[in-house]
Amino acid sequence: MLVVLKQRKSLQCLLLLVIFMLLYRFVPQSETNWLWRLPSLLKELPIIINDAVNYLMFEWLPIDVYDPDIEEYEQKPLFGQITRGFSGAILFMIELIREILLGGVKTIVAFTSWDWVSENEWARWPALPWTVITGGMVILGYVLGRAKLALFILCAFTYIAVFGQWEPSMKTLSFVLIAAPIAILLGLWLGVWAYKSKTVETIMNPLLNVAQIMPHFAYLIPVMVFFGIGDHAGAIATVIFATPPMVRLTVLGLKKVPPEVAEAGLMTGCTDRQLLYRVLIPSARRDILIGVNQVIMQCLAMVVIASLIGAKGLGNDLLIALNQLRIGKALEIGVCIVLIALVLDRLSLAWANKQTDYFADLSFKQKHKYSLMFLVVFVVGIILAVLGSFIFKEGFNYLYLIPQNKGITTEAFWQWGVDWIWETFFYSFKAFNVWFIVDVLVPIKTAFLGMPVIATFTLMMGIGFIVGGIRSALIVGGFLLFIALTEWWDRALITSYLIVIAVLISGTIGITVGTLAAQHPVSSRFMLTMCDTFQTFPSFIYLIPVMMLFGVTDTSVLIAIVVYATIPAARYTIEGLRSVPQELHDAAAMSGTNRFQKWLSVELPLSFPHMALGINQTVVFALSMVIIGALIGTDDLGQLILKSLSDKAGVGNGLVLGLCVAFIGLAFDQILRTWADQRKHALGLS
Amino acid sequence: MNVFKSTSVKALLGACCLSLAAVSGSVSAKDSTKPIVIPIHNWSSQIVMAHVIGGIFESMGSNVEFVPADTQAVYESIRNGDVTISHEVWQSTFGKSFYNAMAKGGVIDAGTHEATTLEEMGVPTWVIEKNLCPGLPNWEALKEEACYKNFTTADSGGKGRWLEGPQSWHGEMMPIRLKALGLDKNWTVKFAGSADALWTELASAKKEGRGTMVFNWTPNFTDAEGYTFIKFPEYTDGCRKEDGGDGKCGSPLGWLKKAANYKFPKTHPAAYTAFSKVSFTTKQVGEMAALVDIEKMDHKDAAKKWLADNEKTWKAWTK
Repeated sequence: MLVVLKQRKSLQCLLLLVIFMLLYRFVPQSETNWLWRLPSLLKELPIIINDAVNYLMFEWLPIDVYDPDIEEYEQKPLFGQITRGFSGAILFMIELIREILLGGVKTIVAFTSWDWVSENEWARWPALPWTVITGGMVILGYVLGRAKLALFILCAFTYIAVFGQWEPSMKTLSFVLIAAPIAILLGLWLGVWAYKSKTVETIMNPLLNVAQIMPHFAYLIPVMVFFGIGDHAGAIATVIFATPPMVRLTVLGLKKVPPEVAEAGLMTGCTDRQLLYRVLIPSARRDILIGVNQVIMQCLAMVVIASLIGAKGLGNDLLIALNQLRIGKALEIGVCIVLIALVLDRLSLAWANKQTDYFADLSFKQKHKYSLMFLVVFVVGIILAVLGSFIFKEGFNYLYLIPQNKGITTEAFWQWGVDWIWETFFYSFKAFNVWFIVDVLVPIKTAFLGMPVIATFTLMMGIGFIVGGIRSALIVGGFLLFIALTEWWDRALITSYLIVIAVLISGTIGITVGTLAAQHPVSSRFMLTMCDTFQTFPSFIYLIPVMMLFGVTDTSVLIAIVVYATIPAARYTIEGLRSVPQELHDAAAMSGTNRFQKWLSVELPLSFPHMALGINQTVVFALSMVIIGALIGTDDLGQLILKSLSDKAGVGNGLVLGLCVAFIGLAFDQILRTWADQRKHALGLS
Repeated sequence: MNVFKSTSVKALLGACCLSLAAVSGSVSAKDSTKPIVIPIHNWSSQIVMAHVIGGIFESMGSNVEFVPADTQAVYESIRNGDVTISHEVWQSTFGKSFYNAMAKGGVIDAGTHEATTLEEMGVPTWVIEKNLCPGLPNWEALKEEACYKNFTTADSGGKGRWLEGPQSWHGEMMPIRLKALGLDKNWTVKFAGSADALWTELASAKKEGRGTMVFNWTPNFTDAEGYTFIKFPEYTDGCRKEDGGDGKCGSPLGWLKKAANYKFPKTHPAAYTAFSKVSFTTKQVGEMAALVDIEKMDHKDAAKKWLADNEKTWKAWTK
């Protein structure tokens, strides 16, 4: 009997289910019963963290700092001075780029002083006309990616200018142009480090998971306390959020480089450094570039959140438009964010794919053709702007900068669209919504909340054991234990209920859509672009129409999560199916399979590891949307994280709550990853 | 490329030096030329008022900078000196964050606006016109089945629903009040996640013509369409649960305060004096919001217009 049980996974699962059911049924519900709920032994943890941060930031190692404005020496703790110095440097770089694009005074101030600038009214850096920047970007696009890219950039930048979003877009661009390179370089560096040392990789993996899953709101307050408020704080929060995928994909790419390549490098006498930069990284280029793509997407996905801690630009304008329920305007702003993401992504891709021609023998004119072209654009643009100032007398100049409310707008059309959807579908949506809430969501939620803590542990650790043995079981158990010992176990159950439903829906949709799209290269390319679009398109925008149709309910929350969490499921399915080798397709065709059989018996099993990673990322994405759900109105961990913004022990509460969310993700991650690795091994893919 | 690199390195060094050493300015009793940092939140009157106050400071020769900020988190920034002032501190929504930051030190109370505010549960006036809850605005009307059955939603379990703002605004106050008044048999509180959720609910309920009871405040843009606040038993000092009372009371007529960093009076004495005198009335707050919400002006243009139209009012504050 035991031997059979050991070998048959299905029997193990059945047994687990039976035990779970028995526990669920017979453990009595009472607050004093430890099998029902564990006591909150970690209740003090947030307060301890909070005190530690306060001590570090406001008390530890005070030094005397002279404040010229109040002519007094003040005691300021060292740590704060260091972090503020760091903030100053980042802010300076952002301001520098911003002022090249939009003009201003901060850079001049950095080298002189506010006093000097106030006395010298002429010392203002003028903005570049939008025509010059657009022209410059088009030339850059042409140099790197020829006519197609140039045309795309021309359309994108003209859209931004004509729709009156120039200034906020350039503000956002300047902040992304700092955050993205930092994230890319940091990610590359950490990735190489993890590749070289197994220990580093083992330590880094969970940290990356935490950084990626932890809802951004949880570290907004700590970032604000340490680094202050402003574009730099936004950039730092963005870097925390955007770096993990870069590290992951760098490691993945480097590991995939065949040893022969590295050996060939060594044989030609490469130093370590040359081996890394000339051999390994170029060979791992494909995955590293996916990493760059992800960093850029994540940076722009953070634009709105970053505006809550002071990042200027599109994100802030978007929040203002939404508060007035101006969906059309918000949509136009959202399109700008997506366009910036796509332009940066395509440019970086083109740049990385461009080969240097070492042997070309070019004349000065040929070499500097494009610089000369830019010079012409520059001069013409400025002349146009000056001419414009004579033509447009109303105080704004269409050839210089188009002010926000003076561009064209399609707001009325979108408003009409929303009204139309409302009038056509509202009552059928409502009937569905009522059914979905009453017959599906509420019973599932009640079932989750009625689960004794011992039953949850048995189920999760049992699955961990079946998949990955005692090690996985203990890891999963450890993560759950942390959550169970805080006072937020019930809230965590509500979060899990939302996540489980969302992942089921997203996974189904994502895998189906991904499979269909992967049948043809054109449709898969289209689908991948759609993924990019939805990943950067701020979810806040569709929250409003969704809330109008489905009310402040869990249905709205789920829709918001599903839209975002379907992206990785679809993306990885496509990547997985397309990585099935052609020979296997042929072999399957030769053995006489029909289309469906081939999919079921060849493609699906072979791309399973990719899909499992996709589902893993779906869980991550879903958890990172918990906070957006909270903005609609939930009673889960996300809502408490929002609340921590005004709590006395806000820093500690936010971080511990964030950890709870992250640990839910890590528990799922442990199970899915182990499973995927085993399948890979079984298929001979690893 | 090389040139760019070397300048950026220099710039970086420059910035580090600057922020670490804080290059000294002129020494006099005059206002510092360092910019006064004013936060921008996401509702119209606040943004217009930010630009109005910024305009007043600029007219006095100060430099001004605007920074987007979260409404709750901003008090921590004022405390740390990253933001200089906040000019719309609403008693019931931000009072908690404001006093928490004040208790930690670094934030000062810079006076109160003339405008009085009311933040309370209420219904759009058309709900009363449609007679969805006979007897409103008196709270006792809520006890009747004829009333609460019009306010049920799919997830409220047959009870009427109060849509309260996020928990960060007043914690458990509304559920406590509901229970204290004995309304919890027939009503339940749902916390919305953001102000946007409240406005969406109002718009959506209006389209459908169903009853809705939503936490709201005045002065606000909803005043234009008519909003009726429910009359609960009157607020008396100490009636709330956290102050030791029984919780059977509504909201008080609230204040609208101004907050500032503790160094502001020392660094910008003249600007601070003006700021402490700034006092907007309910009507003025409404006007500023209307310029944007109804006349669809840009926030900055609206502020310019307001400053031009009300020069007498604000010039008096700068003296």
